[in-house]
Amino acid sequence: MLYQFADVFAFLILSAAGLAIVFGMMGVINMAHGEFIMCGAYVTVGLVHAGFPLPLAQLCGTLAAGVIGVIVEMAIVRKFYTRPLDSLLATWGLSLVVTQGMLILVGSSVAGIGTPPGSFAVGDYTFSVYRLVLFAGALAALGFVYLIFMRTKFGVHARATMQNAKMARALGVPVGRVYALSFGIGAGLAGLCGALYAPTMTLIPTMGATFIVESFVTVVVGGSNVLLGTAPAGILLAAVRTSLNAWHGQIIGQIGMLIAVILIIRILPEGISGFLTRKQR
Amino acid sequence: MSTSDPVLAVSGLWANYGATPILQGVDIEIGKGEIVGLIGRNGVGKTTTMRCLIGLLRATAGSIRVLGQDLTGQPADAFARLGIGYIPQGREVFPRMTVAENLTVGELIGGPKGKKQPDLVYQYFPRLAERRYQLAGTMSGGEQQQLAIGRALIGNPALMLLDEPSEGIQPSIVQMICEALKSIRNELGTTILFVEQNLDTILAISERCYVMEKGRITAEIPPGGVTSEAVRGHLSI
Repeated sequence: MLYQFADVFAFLILSAAGLAIVFGMMGVINMAHGEFIMCGAYVTVGLVHAGFPLPLAQLCGTLAAGVIGVIVEMAIVRKFYTRPLDSLLATWGLSLVVTQGMLILVGSSVAGIGTPPGSFAVGDYTFSVYRLVLFAGALAALGFVYLIFMRTKFGVHARATMQNAKMARALGVPVGRVYALSFGIGAGLAGLCGALYAPTMTLIPTMGATFIVESFVTVVVGGSNVLLGTAPAGILLAAVRTSLNAWHGQIIGQIGMLIAVILIIRILPEGISGFLTRKQR
Repeated sequence: MSTSDPVLAVSGLWANYGATPILQGVDIEIGKGEIVGLIGRNGVGKTTTMRCLIGLLRATAGSIRVLGQDLTGQPADAFARLGIGYIPQGREVFPRMTVAENLTVGELIGGPKGKKQPDLVYQYFPRLAERRYQLAGTMSGGEQQQLAIGRALIGNPALMLLDEPSEGIQPSIVQMICEALKSIRNELGTTILFVEQNLDTILAISERCYVMEKGRITAEIPPGGVTSEAVRGHLSI
């Protein structure tokens, strides 16, 4: 049960962390989030086929998504900061173009690479070691976000920009660069998600969609603060889903989680982090 | 005042909010180490002038030169990196960051090669040292004002712009802030331009004043002439 919980938690956190940063920092709803995940996965698999060891390929996949994120921010997203709905539309358009483009360029599916073997047994059950790697990856992603945003100068400048962009600029923060880097970090985390899950699933150009529901749901429940919101939202939703899964199977788990989401945003419209920050004041 | 370039030279500055012209040809010149007040009634364009001087509002005509460099049309971060410390109306500290983190942002003022002086900030405003790890949003108005000034001071600015530093702050703190500003100027040679409505504050620190009316400088009170009567006359209190 605990293992199942860790598995669902990892999935929620990894798929949502990048989206949450982009939304929390810039108020941009990145509809192309799933495509950054796909990018991370494809680069990873491509490099493994080319003979790279898996961890190195995953690192490259993450970095590739991050770099592309920076480019996308400078080329497209930057133009739409004052128009949130248009940025949603623009990134959605990007998502469609990329998905269909990949379909034409590399075809409908790429040979997978298979989950790294290895399992351990607890009592009568056997578990895959790689699932634990995913859980560790989720914790590492949270730790990385915490260190970057709470313990570095860049993080301080980024949070200042998030709270009051004009004042941050008036104190000398190069706001454009901060936005580009934050978007890159968000895209990189999406890439990490794709890279980590690449060995466990079939690679198709629309694979981003597999993650998108969970990532949006987690961000909505968490609210605009990644650290105060996404992590607790992941725990909460994973708990709901795991217990319902155990009770009546996957479908009920999914339905129950979505009902829980509806209830939570009905009670806490600003998400968990909105609730926590209000209490703090 | 000074033999070299003035610290701030503004000429013929025009600026709009939407289609409404607010500034209609502002001229200001301030030498190194001066403390100058910008006074006038509500709605004459004092705050707008300040926003132009830090680059948050783009001038439609005229020029702004700081330390001999033309900054007209540059973004605000370029103004800050050249060494302008801006203390806005309403203070605008970053509420969900600690005092220390707020100060870290201010270290960008003056660019990466400029001198940073965190110790001096804590020396002038010991309250900030006590509250170093407190969230800025939970502090009182007077403490936030000290933080806003400290956040500019930490980057050793050549020019400090203060917009209504006394607004909504109890008199004893205002007095303390005035003393600190004078001593900052005396020790560091910092040039200070401030917007103010409060008569006592104007009298306490300004050495001369510009009087603004309808988007233009209409009068000047020269050094030595900043008296209660002169200021009252222009503010028509």
